[in-house]
Amino acid sequence: MQTKISSDKKEVIIGHDQPVVAIGERINPTGRSKLANALEQGDFAYVQNEALKQVKAGCQVLGINVGVSGADEAALMVDTLHAVREVTDTPLCLDSANPKVLQAGLEVYKGKALVNSVNGEDAKLKEVLPMVAHYKTAVVALTMDDKGIPTDVPTRLAIADKIFNEAAKLGIPTEDIIIDPLAMSVAADDQSGLGALDSLAQIRDRFGVNQTIGASNISFGLPARRAINCVFLAMAIVNGLTCPITDPTVWEIRQTLLLTDLFHGKDSFAMNYISAYRDNFPQDE
Amino acid sequence: MENLEAIKEAVNKGKRKEIAGLVQTALDNGTEPKVIINNYMIEAMKEVGARFEAKKIFVPEMMMAALTMQTGLDVIKPLLEKSGKNVEKLGIVVMGTVFGDLHDIGKNLAILMLESAGFEVHNIGENVPAATFVEKATELNADIVGLSSLLTTGDPHVKETVAAIKNSPLGDKVKVMCGGAAVTEKFAVGECGADGHAVDAIAGVKLAQKFVGVG
Repeated sequence: MQTKISSDKKEVIIGHDQPVVAIGERINPTGRSKLANALEQGDFAYVQNEALKQVKAGCQVLGINVGVSGADEAALMVDTLHAVREVTDTPLCLDSANPKVLQAGLEVYKGKALVNSVNGEDAKLKEVLPMVAHYKTAVVALTMDDKGIPTDVPTRLAIADKIFNEAAKLGIPTEDIIIDPLAMSVAADDQSGLGALDSLAQIRDRFGVNQTIGASNISFGLPARRAINCVFLAMAIVNGLTCPITDPTVWEIRQTLLLTDLFHGKDSFAMNYISAYRDNFPQDE
Repeated sequence: MENLEAIKEAVNKGKRKEIAGLVQTALDNGTEPKVIINNYMIEAMKEVGARFEAKKIFVPEMMMAALTMQTGLDVIKPLLEKSGKNVEKLGIVVMGTVFGDLHDIGKNLAILMLESAGFEVHNIGENVPAATFVEKATELNADIVGLSSLLTTGDPHVKETVAAIKNSPLGDKVKVMCGGAAVTEKFAVGECGADGHAVDAIAGVKLAQKFVGVG
């Protein structure tokens, strides 16, 4: 199953038969005080630089989250979308927990955006899915609902199923729904890695859909987080993750993504890996 | 004495299998439950907190220590109930995740650490409306209310909840502390008027101790 996302100039195809698509996570002020300051002060040059850095590191989609406390998030979303579009035609993933912000962004976005996110909560389904249908976007769907964030696999499957059904009622095709089965810190629950990996595999096998995951939660509370994130990413990709939300400006992350492509026979003569290496270590030439 | 030091060591190192036997022996030897808890278990957790702060140990080790202490407390509790005696609590804390947010891991970790420090903690769950925070804090006669918020869209709810508590008859009798990835010191204290902000579970314990005038 393929999910297509686009800007007015460029289309990206996400699929199990495609190389992994990295959705850049860096334009998100949560835990990034410099970016939060830049957004607060309308310093879009900083945001544009973040966009370019990520594109250079191989991101094919850029996440855009401008949730800064006290700011007019809808206006900021619109301004950020324009600013980013000035420097790159990479398709964008509009990320907000506030549907009004998503609406404002979609109104000005040219192309088929990815919306982040809907989940199994009744209110969310009611607010977000009609927007997805109206603007004909793709959408990230989190496997959580009014009862909370499940740790087991069957509940995740049931929530995914519910979201597909609700979406179908509005004519949203299944391939436009990208499931995020939510990976939580293994430091707080040593079974959460297994739970996320099993969920990825079972959701892939049962629904065939694309899946994303925010891969850095997994390492919270443990030492040497970078290696943990890379190992988890690789295992998750084997189990059906096709478009992680991650940060390939970190070389090891980029390397992990490229190597999973190579090991899956998706990198002819290892050329993508080699050219990324040269790009990252120019002095070694 | 040796046995009591072993209790402290067991909590410190998270030896869950050994703790029940050690506590039972101490009780059989006539050690006061209060002494076991305050002088050895809570002392051990103080050391655990300090090592976590110094990045010498990590979240799972901290959790194992806290769970070991709880296993030990399970041996003591029936005895306390039978004698009708209660171990004095540092204070009563009501903890919840703000409205619109379902995250529970960080909050539950903070609860575990507060309990291990000797607080009586009431977990009022996730997606908690401001009015429920006030209601529960009033009903439970709380000294402290802890808010967790992991989504930036939770900001208005943090603000609303802090205001609801401060404007209620509880007023300044109740201290409000905030934590979670979405809240900063500047926002929680500066903009919302909370009494404090904690970056992690151990900082939360320290803040709570400050509020009740210990530690």
